[in-house]
Amino acid sequence: MADLKRTVFFDLHNELGAKMVPFAGWEMPVQYGLGVMKEHLHTRAGAGLFDVSHMGQVILRPRSGALADAALALESLVPVSVLGLKEGRQRYAMFTNEAGGILDDLMVANRGDHLFLVVNAARKEADIAHLRAHLSESCEIEVIEDRALIALQGPKAEAALARLNPYAAGMRFMDSANLGFFGEECWVSRSGYTGEDGYEISVPAAVAVDLARALLEMDEVEAIGLGARDSLRLEAGLCLYGHDIDETTSPVEAALDWAIQKVRRRGGAREGGFPGAARILGELENGTTRRRVGILPEGRAPMRAGTALFAVAEGGDSIGAVTSGAYGPSIERPMAMGYVAIDHAAGGGPIFGEVRGRRLPATVSPLPFRAPNYKR
Amino acid sequence: MKFTEEHEWLEVEGDLVVVGITEHASEQLGDIVFVEVPEAGTTVTKGDEVVVIESVKAASDILAPLDGEIVEVNDALEETPGLVNEDPTGKGWFFKMKVEDLSALDDFMDEAEYKDFIG
Repeated sequence: MADLKRTVFFDLHNELGAKMVPFAGWEMPVQYGLGVMKEHLHTRAGAGLFDVSHMGQVILRPRSGALADAALALESLVPVSVLGLKEGRQRYAMFTNEAGGILDDLMVANRGDHLFLVVNAARKEADIAHLRAHLSESCEIEVIEDRALIALQGPKAEAALARLNPYAAGMRFMDSANLGFFGEECWVSRSGYTGEDGYEISVPAAVAVDLARALLEMDEVEAIGLGARDSLRLEAGLCLYGHDIDETTSPVEAALDWAIQKVRRRGGAREGGFPGAARILGELENGTTRRRVGILPEGRAPMRAGTALFAVAEGGDSIGAVTSGAYGPSIERPMAMGYVAIDHAAGGGPIFGEVRGRRLPATVSPLPFRAPNYKR
Repeated sequence: MKFTEEHEWLEVEGDLVVVGITEHASEQLGDIVFVEVPEAGTTVTKGDEVVVIESVKAASDILAPLDGEIVEVNDALEETPGLVNEDPTGKGWFFKMKVEDLSALDDFMDEAEYKDFIG
């Protein structure tokens, strides 16, 4: 794995017995000693610590000094309201392309005098090039390379983090704040990607391992790998870029309408003005021909990504395909997400997934599969 | 107990051969969430895909180690596939098969050879 990048936690992962795998150009822990199933369940019951330092951290600083200018600039690339994001708050967004597809999904935080973006590892370089190409006039674009990123997730995350800095307990879901740990300023948001309450912490590399060790010493905290991160996010109904969303899926097809605030929709004060607006705004009003849905296989056999979906048990054309599929340790059954023709998106009758040549029954299900535990 | 290069274990029980996967294999697969065993009475040829295992990571097939007839399967795995992780060489067995000639088992590795094989 010579060409792979390593996070500052590489030695710690090995010390903890992690199984390391290549992921988006990085050598990352897929699981530790507990294994995927127990790591998943531990995160739902206690607190799980994830190394997500492979993700891209980017700051947009308005050249004018007025944050509104950076917000408006970013709005030219995303269909969400950035101007409406209050100081100390974060929200979900996506970069769209001219065809109305999704270039990446990301988190944006208003940190007072700048915007802080967290983007997917696999899309980091492309995102930065995209930002530089379109926003350089109005913003300084600073790629953060000297900070690690960790996520602490689960019902006991608050108790664990507040032990190191009591201010952590006062944050609400999607708050963003500076908190000191080990004498360094960390950029903390009360968020994550597991469906659990918790935090994401951008921590200076110099104290990152100290912070991780301090958390791991606590009884309720275990190190959790990317394997469990995947089953946790799928139970929570959250998209994985490159699987559930990509350049060919629009935000409306992907059922991400909720992320597009009224102010950016037709009739809104800042209607459109982002790549692919004609298609996306049209779809918000008129619907789409396919839609991302949850799928619950009736039996125990998982329906993996790529599984073709059908309306009938024999014959007929495919109505869609699974984009993520796995076993859900907390719901104790297999689960999947995928796209189906719009006539089947509302559920009702059974659908069928073709697994090893046999069509197995499944039902279209609302997402998430498991209600989130966010502290709003 | 004998072992195949596909990480199955074979154990003679009367005139039958009991088949499962080794502890090493179950560790490599990770948490097993689904096992599909064949129907009792199925005639198989060595190399046939007879069992499907799905772990939290991926699907894998288990091949028939010998020609013969599947005479009994471990139905408990349908409801509790995790038995393969908990007790791979005991309660996690897959099927029992009737083979023509039990001496065919001599071709497989013994425990010491298998340990060398997995390093």
